[in-house]
Amino acid sequence: MNTTVQTASKPKATLPDPDINEVSKPYWDALKKGKLTFQHCRKCGNNWLPARGECPKCLEADWAWHDASGKAKLISWVVFHRAFHPAFADRPPYNVAVVELAEGPRMITNIVVEDAEKLVIDQPVTFMPAEEQGHGIARFRPV
Amino acid sequence: MGANLSGKAVISGIGATRFGALPGRTTISMNVEAIRKALNDAGVEKDAVDALYVKCPTSKFELMYGQKLAEAIGLQPRIGGVWDSGGSSNVIMISQAIMAIEAGQCEIAVVTFADNPKTGSAASYSQPRGDDALYGWFAVLSSYAMIARRHMGELGTPREALGAVAVAARRHGAQNPNAQLRKPLALDDYMNLPPMVAPFCRDDCTLVSDGAAAVVVMSAERARKMGVAKPVPVLGFGFGQTSWDVTQRPDMTSTQAKVAGETALKMAGLKPKDMDVAQIYDCFTITALMTLEDYGFAKKGQIADFVKGGNIEIGGELPMNTSGGLLSETGMPGMQLIHEGVRQMRGDASLQVKGAKHCIISNQGGVMHTHAALILGQ
Repeated sequence: MNTTVQTASKPKATLPDPDINEVSKPYWDALKKGKLTFQHCRKCGNNWLPARGECPKCLEADWAWHDASGKAKLISWVVFHRAFHPAFADRPPYNVAVVELAEGPRMITNIVVEDAEKLVIDQPVTFMPAEEQGHGIARFRPV
Repeated sequence: MGANLSGKAVISGIGATRFGALPGRTTISMNVEAIRKALNDAGVEKDAVDALYVKCPTSKFELMYGQKLAEAIGLQPRIGGVWDSGGSSNVIMISQAIMAIEAGQCEIAVVTFADNPKTGSAASYSQPRGDDALYGWFAVLSSYAMIARRHMGELGTPREALGAVAVAARRHGAQNPNAQLRKPLALDDYMNLPPMVAPFCRDDCTLVSDGAAAVVVMSAERARKMGVAKPVPVLGFGFGQTSWDVTQRPDMTSTQAKVAGETALKMAGLKPKDMDVAQIYDCFTITALMTLEDYGFAKKGQIADFVKGGNIEIGGELPMNTSGGLLSETGMPGMQLIHEGVRQMRGDASLQVKGAKHCIISNQGGVMHTHAALILGQ
């Protein structure tokens, strides 16, 4: 898997923007204001992310956005020692993690930590609003 | 429950291109070469083929690709088309062909795959994942590394266990004259490699390869009548789908390979201990470890004991990926494993497991999203 990293002479590279559509817009709007939200099914009580039009458990479309408590646990993480995209050329080493919110949904994030190799599976983490390329994003830090 | 098709059908021929970098070759051209060689191997005239199952090239999806290939080989098959479940497609298509043959819908099927990500575009391997690009979430290998870290943290799997998979593949590949990477790897050297996407280093990861490989499938009866030299019976097959993306699946450390393996073993009337040799999809080292667990070769969390000390190398209890797998022979998604299974059952493999009577083969696609198991006999 040889990925060529482009160098500085090219125009500044940007990451692909998230797919902000009718269903997902409230999620990204809330993040922009520093709030993490998830979808809650009013029929069966299921909670989920990422945004989708129907509950993946009962298939109904009767849901609402709820505020997350911000409490979560670390499911797993990786540390990139190589940039796979020119926009991230100066980032390695950086981590990407999966966390599970106290309310149930799982999501991709970054853990704000000095040395990611010292993290431990299932350790508690807490929500930290952040910004990337003009979008609000949800990072987490160890508790 | 329907009729048991165990042993009803055979793989009667195999054919492949060279593996590695094949500049200037289209996937259609490579497919045609593999099909020509597979038909010659089976002793089958092209015009006798009435089914053409194709795995779409990973690096470039093309509408109606199955028809383009049928045209390139001048064929009007009764059944044909592309199956899209990633790296599990080849075993699934062979199984679908067997079911179609038994249902009287076709008689002789060709199942084939070609791709050219090495000299063409390998972008499909490294692009951002979904909506999560803003977090730096790139590349297929990172999703597998995410699973590996969880396996290591939750079950205590040491990096040495991942290394054992790479060491076995590289030892076997070094003795395969057709392998793309013929450089053995010592466990100490593996342990000292720098991380790429930790916990993975470079040698945890599949090769990127151009190439094509095809098989010919027919009923055992037809093979007898045609006097096929070395037909290899398909004793069992089974499938399973994990489906949830890695970031969403509730359990990251087991997969529906369990269902695929159990279904195939039950169909064959065999147990894991009856397997003399295995060809286990090793796009990344963790994939092979988890598949072995899911197939029942070791209890969850005890795979490190099973793979250590050369147990999965030639001469061990379960020689695995005897032609080098995706880590050493070619990064092609799965058909090479089926070819090596066929050679082991015919008794003419480069690294032949003496007296081997049963071979289990795994294919998987996406990031352990789709699974298929195939059991070959004699």
